Amino acid sequence: MANDYWEKEVETLSRDKLRKIQLERLKKTLVNVYENVDFYRKKLDDAGVDPYNFSNLDDVEKIPFTTKDDLRESYPFGLFARSMDNVVRIHSSSGTTGNPVVVGYTKNDIAVWGNLIARQLFSVGVREKDIIQNSYGYGLFTGGLGLHYGAELLGSTVIPTSGGNTERQIKIMADYGSTVICCTPSYILYIAEVGKELGVDFSKLPLKMAILGAEPWTNEMRKEIEARLFIDAIDIYGLSEIIGPGVSLECLNKSGLHVAEDHFLVEVIDPQTGKILPPGKQGELVFTTLTKEAIPLLRYRTRDLSVLNIEKCSCGRTHGRMKKPMGRTDDMLIIRGINVFPSQIEEVLMKVKEIEPHYLIVVDRKNYLDTIELWVEVSEDVFSEKMNDLENFESSIEHKLFSTIGIKIDVRLKEPKTIQRSIGKAKRVLDRRKGETL
Amino acid sequence: MPVKQLTVFLENQTGRLAEVAKILKDEDINLQGFSTTEARDYGILRMVVSDVKKARQLLKEGGFTTHVADAVCIEVVDRPGELYRILDILANRDINIDYIYVIAGTRIVLSVSDVERVEGILVENNIKLCS
Repeated sequence: MANDYWEKEVETLSRDKLRKIQLERLKKTLVNVYENVDFYRKKLDDAGVDPYNFSNLDDVEKIPFTTKDDLRESYPFGLFARSMDNVVRIHSSSGTTGNPVVVGYTKNDIAVWGNLIARQLFSVGVREKDIIQNSYGYGLFTGGLGLHYGAELLGSTVIPTSGGNTERQIKIMADYGSTVICCTPSYILYIAEVGKELGVDFSKLPLKMAILGAEPWTNEMRKEIEARLFIDAIDIYGLSEIIGPGVSLECLNKSGLHVAEDHFLVEVIDPQTGKILPPGKQGELVFTTLTKEAIPLLRYRTRDLSVLNIEKCSCGRTHGRMKKPMGRTDDMLIIRGINVFPSQIEEVLMKVKEIEPHYLIVVDRKNYLDTIELWVEVSEDVFSEKMNDLENFESSIEHKLFSTIGIKIDVRLKEPKTIQRSIGKAKRVLDRRKGETL
Repeated sequence: MPVKQLTVFLENQTGRLAEVAKILKDEDINLQGFSTTEARDYGILRMVVSDVKKARQLLKEGGFTTHVADAVCIEVVDRPGELYRILDILANRDINIDYIYVIAGTRIVLSVSDVERVEGILVENNIKLCS
């Protein structure tokens, strides 16, 4: 199955041929943005990049970066390279922290997107006979509609459940025999929890795979999900600025997400200096769209941290793999001067067998000192009538956290289901230093 | 026969204990006795109730984490020196008591690691058990 391809030729291109295609497409993109987007014309002129004489892919480092702020400042359509005559769809972010990021698609963009999703679903063994329960939110968020059209193009049956109404999701899963579900990793865990309460035996359901994305999650979380639902959990990555889901997907080897390099040029840079890092080094992912028409972006800084591997994969694909992103540069917490990623905490926590996989990291500042707490729920597996058992449990987690991360994290035991469950992107951190409240 | 003691995890928050009491009251379950132990931000409530199975089910449905364990329940004669007499017997047999509390009437509940053995010792010494 792993050697079956949706588009064999392009998925197994030699690196040389791939780079040739990338260069050709980048040239077209440069001309497109230079001629149609004021913002980019100015940027390229200022940087001395001549879009009509761009002949070496390595010169990409001379092209200036695009940031999320650039998108926000050009709200709503400032970076569009096509007029509304040619734009057939708009998606946007929620914009809770400022202007929303608005993106558009031409007919061709939509077709490319669908084909990418179909290619990726195919690569993990999804076929016409599969029933795909799409629990990503339908609407402005790219997740729902993005997966939807790709799955239809592939010929699978799509159930557009969107997010929420978890009991109904489980009923549909069981009654309609969904074989694949698409949602966030935190939502599948919630589905597992509710299903267990309803007495559902997931080992007896036809469900075999979950395509999970829209938030960072660790390999330890994967093990937890796979064990609870008796499925393969596959990581999908994307961001609406670049296209939405479909930028990259793991193959069944689960050893990195294959970036669709015929449509996206990927780089990993040092987030401080902006210098390109070689494969194998961790840094910030940067993407340039190579075929997008409505809103092409040059060197978009994702703030997601990952590592690139361009070795050919044993699945046969030559497209480079990005390591499961460990989080965003802006997810990083600085606690008394030490950098901590929520994913590091999750990794430790998921190894504790008795704990429910729901947690909240609470950061505060007391008497000019940063404090960090980890809220976890007490399950019956750890609870006894002895206070000592609970105290030992708390301190054993604290010890594990300290020995891996190097800071003292206060474990706080909570009653079941007091930590908010999420049907979309989970909120894992409450930073009271920034005035956030529950 | 050991008594079945029901234990509940409670966050240190206003009204949580009341919530437990309400759940029991609403289903006419009698609370025969209880004790609490508190840590920094949570506590545990141990209790003896008229219907452990039902109480546990109701509390679970109410979102509480619960645990049931065997404990020794003794009918103590209400006169000076009686508690000492019992504790002395157990101490002489090298039995450690994890915790102890009084429930309705003149009964006490003891948590020990070997319930059966302790019950045997008490019966040998003519101490009345109840369940």
